[in-house]
Amino acid sequence: MLQFLFRRLLQSIALIIGVLLLVFFTVRLTGDPVGLMVARNATPEQREAFRVAHGFDRPLSEQFLAWFGNALRGDLGKSLRLHLPNHELIMQRLPATMELALAALLLALIVALPLGIISGVFPGSPLDLLARAIGLAGQTIPSFWLAMILILVFAVNARLLPSFGRDSAQHLILPAVALSVTSMGQMVRLLRSAVLEITHESYVRTARAKGVREAVITLRHVTPNALIPLVSVVGVNFTYMLGGSVYIETIFAWPGLGTLLNDAISDSDFPLVQAITIFIATFAISINLLTDLIYDLLDPRAGQR
Amino acid sequence: MPARIFDALSPGQPGRRLDFTLPYGLNRLLHDPGALIGLVLVSLVVLTAVFADQLAPYGPTEGSLLDSKKPEAWQPNGLPGHLLGTDQLGQDILSRVIYGARISLAVGFFGVLLASAIGVTLGMAAGYLGGRVDTAISAVVNLLLSFPYLVLVIVVATVFGRSLLNVIIIFGVTDAPVFARLARGEVLRLRTTDYVVAAYSLGTPTWRILLHHLLPNLVGPLVTLMTFEMSAMIFYESGLSFLGLSVPPEVPSWGNMLALGRKFLYIFPWMSIYPGLAISLTAFGVNLLGDWLRDVVDPRRRRVD
Repeated sequence: MLQFLFRRLLQSIALIIGVLLLVFFTVRLTGDPVGLMVARNATPEQREAFRVAHGFDRPLSEQFLAWFGNALRGDLGKSLRLHLPNHELIMQRLPATMELALAALLLALIVALPLGIISGVFPGSPLDLLARAIGLAGQTIPSFWLAMILILVFAVNARLLPSFGRDSAQHLILPAVALSVTSMGQMVRLLRSAVLEITHESYVRTARAKGVREAVITLRHVTPNALIPLVSVVGVNFTYMLGGSVYIETIFAWPGLGTLLNDAISDSDFPLVQAITIFIATFAISINLLTDLIYDLLDPRAGQR
Repeated sequence: MPARIFDALSPGQPGRRLDFTLPYGLNRLLHDPGALIGLVLVSLVVLTAVFADQLAPYGPTEGSLLDSKKPEAWQPNGLPGHLLGTDQLGQDILSRVIYGARISLAVGFFGVLLASAIGVTLGMAAGYLGGRVDTAISAVVNLLLSFPYLVLVIVVATVFGRSLLNVIIIFGVTDAPVFARLARGEVLRLRTTDYVVAAYSLGTPTWRILLHHLLPNLVGPLVTLMTFEMSAMIFYESGLSFLGLSVPPEVPSWGNMLALGRKFLYIFPWMSIYPGLAISLTAFGVNLLGDWLRDVVDPRRRRVD
């Protein structure tokens, strides 16, 4: 167990270094990184000044070490438009994004847990049909389109809910619903097929043969085992939401990381795009590590890898 | 010997899977309403894309400002010539949705083709050759898979310019790891089977083993994965358009139409409704087809559902 933990930790560190390498060299693939970093209408003199000021005239290896060292210390450069350190901008926006992502994740779980299990236990029932519809909806409805439809229905026509900003708890409802649909569908599908498979396992058959009541079988034997694969899906979906929030936050004017990323893209603020990417990727790697560890604690079979 | 009988029944035999499953698959296609709907929807989208010139009442960028911002034909202000209304430039929404099928299908089809070509080549090499080759390829694959996909695509797309070819290449390269992982896993499983060992001991060259003995066995799971990845790519392309990172804004892609529609959501909702519907219906059809393919290719899943 300890050895496994240590190995996974090393792996994660290697991955983060890989992410830094990847981002560094993607920028250099275009030939002239300065072109991405300065305003489009900059004069050649301004470009040259920028090149010298930010060390782009030095050898590549030296640039990388300097950039890499800064990144490791949490210094992700400076935004071109906002003239503030990128890590400060990210930290400033992070709470709003976390709030939205956690709300969406919670909503997805609240719906998917009972629905996925019931649909697996009673395939063909009306609730199963609903579960399959939600499962399919998650795969086929783009979240940003759903967001717009929700605004049309609940904000424009029914005037029930606000569609803009982050002033009250009510403001959270529509964006959270829109952001959760993909994960909700995925969780329902996963739980359903896990339950369907587990009901064929020998230990369930044994329990039935012993005369254990069906409700007890579902609660004590089927559900706990079906929840194990859910752990990694919850982790993956959480990181997915950090990325997916770029659409939802933009549409609902939610002042989080996603809006920051969208603004950075449309302003061609490349250092900021780069910084947010590194942040999200590092965050995703940490979440993956965490889910692996939880997985390991929950399922003793997994520890024998 | 019982072991021999068992070997002959194992799914690892070359050609065995498809011989055995195709009649079942066709049978299932005709009796499964979901698969049939999927086939009809996908055929419709493909035909729309191919015959866009004949089907669309107007050109994709044809329009007069006099007819701009008109709602659907059945609404009080609608024009009979513009069934789904017009956008802020007077361009016909229906025609643009029809032409948009070309962009989405081109990105989905060629993106998946490129991704599978790169991914399968690398994955098979990693799985069969093992050793350092495997370590190197797996490291890159794991690195790319550790990124939340959307963020990876964003950072690459901000660096390269906006063109259809660039978008296809970006998706083709960034999605290759998924295929590499599949191919590597399958090859690892198959390389110790009797017929591969036999071919190897007869002195069959490596390329022949890979091409004639291993690749045919990959076809089933590969085609299934290609279907699901294609619908995912159609999603991500529209998302990328939405952020202004895909094809140039004047190109009538569904994502571009949605991005534009968002700005007019509160006043001209029809600009957003129909392109989103097109994305959903396409993804719906491709997913239903994918479900059918997965059941056909992987007999183990048949007992579920």
